[in-house]
Amino acid sequence: MAEQGTDISQMSFEDALRALEDVVRRLETGEVPLDESIDLYERGETLRKHCQARLDAAQARIEKIVAGPDGKAAGIEPFEAG
Amino acid sequence: MSGPTFEDDDPNDAGLVAKGLAGDNAAPLSITEISQLLKRTVEDRFGYVKLRGELSGVKRAASGHLYCCLKDDKAVIDGVMWRTGVQRLGFVPEDGIEVVATGKLTTYPGRSKYQIVIERMEIAGEGALLALLEKTRRRLEAEGLFAAERKRPLPFLPLVIGVVTSPTGAVIRDILHRLADRFPSRVLVWPVLVQGQGSAEQVAAALRGFAELTHGGAIPRPDLLIVARGGGSIEDLWGFNEEVVVRAIAGSPIPVISAVGHETDTTLADHAADRRAPTPTAAAEIAVPVLRELSAAIDEFGLRMRKCTHRPLTLGRERLEGRLLRMPRPETLVAQAAQKLDDAAERLRRGLADRAVRARTVLQDDRHRLSAPLLQSNMKAAKQRFDTTRFSADLVLRRIAERRERLDALERVRRQLDPKAPLARGYALVSAAGQPVIATRDSAAKQTLLTLEFADGTLDVVPGGAPKKRPAAPKPAGEQPKLL
Repeated sequence: MAEQGTDISQMSFEDALRALEDVVRRLETGEVPLDESIDLYERGETLRKHCQARLDAAQARIEKIVAGPDGKAAGIEPFEAG
Repeated sequence: MSGPTFEDDDPNDAGLVAKGLAGDNAAPLSITEISQLLKRTVEDRFGYVKLRGELSGVKRAASGHLYCCLKDDKAVIDGVMWRTGVQRLGFVPEDGIEVVATGKLTTYPGRSKYQIVIERMEIAGEGALLALLEKTRRRLEAEGLFAAERKRPLPFLPLVIGVVTSPTGAVIRDILHRLADRFPSRVLVWPVLVQGQGSAEQVAAALRGFAELTHGGAIPRPDLLIVARGGGSIEDLWGFNEEVVVRAIAGSPIPVISAVGHETDTTLADHAADRRAPTPTAAAEIAVPVLRELSAAIDEFGLRMRKCTHRPLTLGRERLEGRLLRMPRPETLVAQAAQKLDDAAERLRRGLADRAVRARTVLQDDRHRLSAPLLQSNMKAAKQRFDTTRFSADLVLRRIAERRERLDALERVRRQLDPKAPLARGYALVSAAGQPVIATRDSAAKQTLLTLEFADGTLDVVPGGAPKKRPAAPKPAGEQPKLL
């Protein structure tokens, strides 16, 4: 519930998912007044889209660290498992 | 080789000043000379040796050289390991470890010492290795590096996963494969040696290197690290028991999953990690959720939510309809009154009709009773009755005659019953003054004067014997005859 007013686009997937679950649960109890439930539904839709976007963006991208002479990461290059 | 000679002295006497003895052509050696001689002897005689003993007094100098002692229960020998050798060590030497050290014996003339210059040093057998492991574990545990409260929660869905492992072999393939199965992710592999000399440092450096990355930098900073290595002997896994790795894991600001060796091999790295995975594949499973499941969950939430949107409407409609149903209809409101009215009207109508019928019936009845013939017959009957009723003097006279007859009869009886009637037949009634009837002789005898009543009058008499009064009693007016 702490996420109630927070910017959804800044929410982590987990928080958004939890918030979405909360929205669904509250809608399902049917105890939310009609007017409020419309807002709640809109928020739920935004949360759902936010979560879905994160899933849609899931893409395997494997790189390896190229260490510099100091042993620190100097750059990355595509990784091919040998 | 000729030295000074001193003729006068007993060669056995200790003199004040050193002098050569007869036949003694040995000049005294300088310390350096003897030290050199010793050195040569020791080094030639022993050359390479292999010693087994327990490390003690281990000291690592700033130069990188390592100084230590090797000892057993009776003897001790100093040892030194030059920097280049130290760098090749497969473990961090510390006091108490039993080691096998290989090196050259040499002397240190400057301090009258002999020592071994260790070129290779290994832990003396698995038992010793385990002892070292246990010792290290206890020390680090006491420091709190393995404490449960140090463990950090793993991110639910990491954006970037850093993997510290060998770039070749099954481990990285397993991890990448399982990650791809579950949730295709961005992975940064930091290739390291996972076995042998230098591996621990590489692993530790990789962990630190990931931690040093900054958010928004050219290289993305992982929000989850996996440190992995396949199974192997305790020696193979040794790097992951080394303090430098343990500290790097414990000190990592990024949560770490360890997957070192098989499930049965627990390294100190596993103790320090935030989560321990039994295998590299399991590490990938711990690292990310399953995309399909999340997707399904989100779809389901969406579905449930859409279902819910109709819910308030449905509920509202149901409630409204419920209210409407319960609300009395206008027509029913009127209907009741109308019914009442109809009812009253009906009752009024029927009441009037009934009343009329009843009245008519009564009237009918009365009419029947009111028929002229009936009246006439009634009149006739009355008249007849009237006619048949004789009102005549006879009615009275006869009764008078009857009464008279009864009176006469009674008069006759009365006359017969007159007590004075027997007087006519000669009986007399005796009386005296104050006594209307004297019925017995005795009572008569007591009287001075008796009156005898006869039918035709009375006669006073004196009872016989001695009438006191002779004069005849004036005759009463009665006519009863005297009985005597």
